[in-house]
Amino acid sequence: MRVAKLAFTVRLRRIPPIPQVASPSEPTETGAASQLAEVLSHRAVNAEYRHLVLRCGAPTCHALPGQFFQLLCPSPPGEAPFLRRPMSLYGADAAAGTVEFLYKVTGAGTRGLAILATGDALDVFGPLGHGFTIDSAWHHVVAIGRGAGLATLAPLAGAAGTRGIGVTALLSARRPDLVVSDTLFREHGAQVLTVTDQEGTSGPAHVERLLRGLIAEGRCDAFFTCGSARLLRVLQRLAREFGIPGQVALEQQMACGLGMCFCCVRDFHSGDGIVHKRVCWDGPVFDLLEAVA
Amino acid sequence: MTEMSVRIGSLTLANPVMPASGTFAEGLARAADLNRLGALVTKTITRELRAGNPLPRVAETVGGMLNAIGIPSKGVPYFLEHTLPLMGAFAPPLVVSISAPTAEGFASLAAEVSVPGVAAIEANISCPNIEEDGRAFAMRPGSTEAVIRQIRAATALPLWAKLTPNTGEVPEVARAAEAAGADALVVANTILAMSVDLASFRPRLGNVMGGLSGPAIKPIVLRQVYQCARAVHIPVIGCGGISTAEDAAEYMIAGATAVQVGTATFLHPGAMEAVIDGLSRFCAARGIVRVAELTGALKREETDEAELEWAEPPT
Repeated sequence: MRVAKLAFTVRLRRIPPIPQVASPSEPTETGAASQLAEVLSHRAVNAEYRHLVLRCGAPTCHALPGQFFQLLCPSPPGEAPFLRRPMSLYGADAAAGTVEFLYKVTGAGTRGLAILATGDALDVFGPLGHGFTIDSAWHHVVAIGRGAGLATLAPLAGAAGTRGIGVTALLSARRPDLVVSDTLFREHGAQVLTVTDQEGTSGPAHVERLLRGLIAEGRCDAFFTCGSARLLRVLQRLAREFGIPGQVALEQQMACGLGMCFCCVRDFHSGDGIVHKRVCWDGPVFDLLEAVA
Repeated sequence: MTEMSVRIGSLTLANPVMPASGTFAEGLARAADLNRLGALVTKTITRELRAGNPLPRVAETVGGMLNAIGIPSKGVPYFLEHTLPLMGAFAPPLVVSISAPTAEGFASLAAEVSVPGVAAIEANISCPNIEEDGRAFAMRPGSTEAVIRQIRAATALPLWAKLTPNTGEVPEVARAAEAAGADALVVANTILAMSVDLASFRPRLGNVMGGLSGPAIKPIVLRQVYQCARAVHIPVIGCGGISTAEDAAEYMIAGATAVQVGTATFLHPGAMEAVIDGLSRFCAARGIVRVAELTGALKREETDEAELEWAEPPT
């Protein structure tokens, strides 16, 4: 609750907080709950992504950038998703009592979400996991992601903005019309660069040139990334070369969302070896260099 | 108000509802009041360090899920130094689930975890995911009796035997566990199963086979609880697809003294508390003073005993 209250205070008083993120196995965030949220709006933003806005109370609307929810998706015709579906936060507004998701329809769960109409109820459980950590000493950071990962990075725009930190968003997608979160980043004053497969600009060599340019201009005190193992590898190389800190939000199939079932483990570097960590409980945001790309 | 306490041998639980091993950890405290539960049951621990199975480790099915987690374990020192103090912060008695590759290994591990703060040991002699081809001790009466007898000699704590549904000898295995000194039976573990991804022709679990749980298996395990409760004189703890108080009541009426809730917690973190409250209301609405009165309350006097012999083969 402590972290959630900080976020609320920020919105009212505009005091930049420094989130206290505990060591991975001892999270300080508490008060996750399942609640029925009401659909306020739900629309397609392009050929693949849909934007869902829900009315909800605490602790749902106190979610922090990088945290996620477990959604109990409705059953689409002919299918019955059994487990909840993890969905990263696109936006949360404690004052307005809303939470937002931006998702791509890919399976039974998201096909179920897609049938939600205004006024319908959705069972949301969260907020869960450790989100992004923002150091107020940073002047300018780079958020770089691809595909659905762009939705996860979106809340950074506002969080950095309220702390007076400049953001460059480097957004990668298959086609220009599938880039998401660009409008939101621009609204918060971020510089937005888009690279796409269709334009031949999304390759790692070109992206690395863009990033080296930003680093040379002194516009890269930290990296934030989500959605691409290839981009993660580029960032890890640059982070080591220039000593730049970074964080990566990871995705994994989940069942419980509370660190109980151990189905969402991934490999992480630890000392000289590799260890398993639970994405839902130890993450989903991890140190950039810790993740095995 | 319904009197909710139940007795499992020498152990009195505040209510008959507890988590199923493997579906519970301290993380649930973020979303549920653990102090309301009848007991806490740990994820199975092993002496050896285990990384667990390859991914994917879960797959959903109609009305349930498959898992092949493979018992990742950080070993006994981690349990004693980390898990035990964490769980000690909560009021309900702590049941420690253990597994080992041999009967001797089970016995020595049972001795190692028989420490203050542990109220009972649940011997997981039925995990379908760690032995070759899904085999488990609890598939046969002989191996069940051998392993339980060794554990019994190694610990003075109440000993629960977690049985497998993957056997044609349910009552025989139950009697073998009782004869070897088990204080209670947990019926049952998951049902050995698999699933194929038609897009890739690959198994949907990294381990190929796994255990099926959830509402889909409830009628099968309910039948096995009935068979076990008829076969033994020790308490039976029902575990299989319980999502609601009505499910729990069915299990108790069929012969269970208490119940374990697992997969339902993944969908609704407050599921166990809802089952406790619902059981209390279920009894109150029927003028039942103590929830323990439900145990074995099945009315079957109109059934010809001979017709049911197939369910309880003569010993």
